[in-house]
Amino acid sequence: MIKLKVNGEAHQLENIDPETPLLWVLRDTLGLTGTKYGCGISMCGACTVHLDGEAIRSCSFSVGDIGDSEVTTIEGLAAEDEEHPLLAAWKEHAVPQCGYCQTGQIMNAAALLSENPEPTDAEVDEAMWGNICRCGTYIRIRAAIHSAAKGAQS
Amino acid sequence: MTKAASRQSAEKKSQVSRRGFVAGLSAGSLVLAFKLSGAQEVAVVEIDQADAPTFEPDLFVSIASNGDVTILAHRSEMGTGIRTALPMVVADELGADWNRVAIQQAIGDSRLGSQNTDGSRSIRRFYDRMRIAGATARTMLEQAAAAEWNVSPSECKAQDHKVSHAASGQELDFGALVESASRLPVPDKAELKFRPASERRYIGKDIPITDLDDLITGKAMFGLDARRPNQLFAVVARPPVLGGTVREFDATTARGVPGVVDIVEIPKFKGPHAFQPLGGIAVLANSTWAAMQGRDALSIEWENGKNADYDSNEFEKTLVESSRKEGKVIRSEGDTEKVFQDASPDTIHEADYYVPHLAHAPMEPPCALCDVTIDESGNVVSCEAWAPTQNPQASQDVLAATLGIDKDLVTVNVTLIGVGLGRKSKPDFVAEAAILSRAVGRPVHVTWTREDDIQNGYYHTVAAVHMRAAVDEAGMPTAWLQRSSFPSIMTSWNPAARHGAEFEMSQGFTDVPYSVPNLQVENGEADAHLRIGWMRSVAHIYHALAVCSFPDELAHRAGRDPYEYLLELLGPDRLISLEGVEYSNHREPIDRFPIDVGRLRHVTERVAKLANWGKELPRGSAQGIACHRSFLSYCAHVVEVEITKNGELSIPRVAVVIDPGMVIHPDRVRAQMEGGTVFATGLARYGEITAEQGRIQQSNFDDFEVARIDDSPQEINVEIVSSDKPPAGVGEVGVPSFAPALCNAIFAATGKRIRRLPLSRHDLSWA
Repeated sequence: MIKLKVNGEAHQLENIDPETPLLWVLRDTLGLTGTKYGCGISMCGACTVHLDGEAIRSCSFSVGDIGDSEVTTIEGLAAEDEEHPLLAAWKEHAVPQCGYCQTGQIMNAAALLSENPEPTDAEVDEAMWGNICRCGTYIRIRAAIHSAAKGAQS
Repeated sequence: MTKAASRQSAEKKSQVSRRGFVAGLSAGSLVLAFKLSGAQEVAVVEIDQADAPTFEPDLFVSIASNGDVTILAHRSEMGTGIRTALPMVVADELGADWNRVAIQQAIGDSRLGSQNTDGSRSIRRFYDRMRIAGATARTMLEQAAAAEWNVSPSECKAQDHKVSHAASGQELDFGALVESASRLPVPDKAELKFRPASERRYIGKDIPITDLDDLITGKAMFGLDARRPNQLFAVVARPPVLGGTVREFDATTARGVPGVVDIVEIPKFKGPHAFQPLGGIAVLANSTWAAMQGRDALSIEWENGKNADYDSNEFEKTLVESSRKEGKVIRSEGDTEKVFQDASPDTIHEADYYVPHLAHAPMEPPCALCDVTIDESGNVVSCEAWAPTQNPQASQDVLAATLGIDKDLVTVNVTLIGVGLGRKSKPDFVAEAAILSRAVGRPVHVTWTREDDIQNGYYHTVAAVHMRAAVDEAGMPTAWLQRSSFPSIMTSWNPAARHGAEFEMSQGFTDVPYSVPNLQVENGEADAHLRIGWMRSVAHIYHALAVCSFPDELAHRAGRDPYEYLLELLGPDRLISLEGVEYSNHREPIDRFPIDVGRLRHVTERVAKLANWGKELPRGSAQGIACHRSFLSYCAHVVEVEITKNGELSIPRVAVVIDPGMVIHPDRVRAQMEGGTVFATGLARYGEITAEQGRIQQSNFDDFEVARIDDSPQEINVEIVSSDKPPAGVGEVGVPSFAPALCNAIFAATGKRIRRLPLSRHDLSWA
């Protein structure tokens, strides 16, 4: 049996191979489909979630290695009492096109801002490099991150 | 109601909701049904009582008795904003309050008109239809109000979700008029009056897209997220070579993998592959991961078939040769051959361009959920699919054919699409799920892994384009020959096809817009060894690279400014006549969407201004320009590059101007220009699929690279030329002119002419 804490909720999972990537446990076992599959090899960032506040690629992180750490998915971030400044900024800049990668983008950006509240363009690029958007919304992603950073500062 | 009647009514209702779109409408709804095929007959149906008459399910507008408006979105949403833009047109014409409008996604149904969401067609094909839908509903509401107040309908006006009568100050909410309006005859389409532009509330405004909140909070449902009770998750091991089959396989180990429930063989397609599954061995399990593990444990021996000798490196030589040989003449003006014969060799300029195979690599890989129900004797009773399909009607057809059932028994629900790029127009992946669901009697969700997507796709074709010009003393061409050779998309239906199809040649090639007295357009022969399919902007990609780079070559040869040269080459403002030439103009009438050189020149001038063309730049930095008409719209790019001495390329800024005629949602047009530019950046920098022994050599984003945030243009400035011309394409228009503008900039910066993509093959260093 594997214990897992996701978005503040404790789960006890039976019959799960501890090697199973967290991504598939979230999606197929817990029904948290906001976290997406894109590559399975940590090359696209669509599956980004937080582990104790840090961004990880859930496609390449075994559920058995999580232990007592807390997992936060986009569903958890979106359920926070106060709207996350990134969500407001994402709307302000009308970032999403198809939207598929955006939950991973937002989770990655949230981890960036919690570490670096006012990143430069270069720091945004460095942090967001691993998140692919095939619609090509990068310019707006960068702008939205800056907006959220400014909003949080004021 | 008796029990039997109640059951019958329930069945009827479920049939209605299965076949229709307005499940859950409240009593007393006004429903307008549109028959788009044939005579455009329009019918009104009430669905209030238990024995509601059967109604045509091709509905676009319904209004509930509380006034809530439901608008049907029948085109697929893959990021263009179409689920918002077309309903905006309806709401505007109706006079609805957008806050009281709900959008409902249509199932696949041929009676709606084409739902094939590709070809940048949604707005241009359905703008008028949406206006008719809105105007019909509005006219009836106004008539109902007029009858209520005993005034003339012409004195009644619908706006802000109510009908008002100015003279008496009376007004009624739409909801209050539903019952009486639904009893009125439907007005003839010819009698409809459309709202003047001044009365529009939504067209031309940047309304937040319908799904915005769901997309950023993880609530949105894509195909990958489709779930049914008791479903299994599947992945499929497909033949590594097109046309290959399973010789033998051993699934003993795979069956022992925890979570694996079943192993099912999918037969190879029959005849031309078209949209049929490739075949292979499927592993069905209680999670996607378990299915993947099970697949890894399969032992399969493949029979590779005749494509096993396909080597894309070797093929490159064959294809370039084909493009340099006399080909099939598509368009001919003057006597090109004679000018070349008479010309002195030092006045002739030649260039060969090449664009390799590309994969779509949509962020959400192909995936689908199917629930096939079977009766006691094993016959298929119905099939319901949930799929991120760009083409629900083709999905319905393919499912019906695959299962051998009538297509009325097939329901295709369209989920949001994690970008389509043309891949998801081809429903082979939906059929796989149906085959598996039938085999196990449970809903089955198939996921293609990224490796599957890259290795078993429909590929953007590979193309060689030969360009030849004879120039006069001023460096302007007196004769111009262009010839492209590429395996045709049509080989997916007719493997014997060796020439490009008309629609491929027409994409940015047959309609070359330059003013040259002797001009010839030709097509060479080529065979296909992979599944060839359309990808965002299709044949425009390779045609534009050649047609928009070659003028830049000639300009530099003549020692002239490329922008000035391009304007001169475009020649006087005029409509290009292609009478007698096989040219379907993206299947639109040429008088409605002419080839207007003036509009092309205009976007070119605008983009030069926007980019401050000719500005001073340090060494290693330069601008490049290109203009191109595609999908009936006009677009021009100026790309600014910065290249270090050791050849590292960055793109500080891009200017792009589009003239798509009328614009419904300016911000989504801008977004498409930004996205098209980034998509083109990826293909220009890295895009290349290669094959050896018939097998694709790339497998994931590590070896099939795409544009990322740090190697994409840092700034993209978009201008939209607004006009009242008929709305033309947008979704693909931002792609074609980017790569040539980029290559032209690279030449200006380094003196290196890139004629073969991707850039990653080239050393861009300079001294």
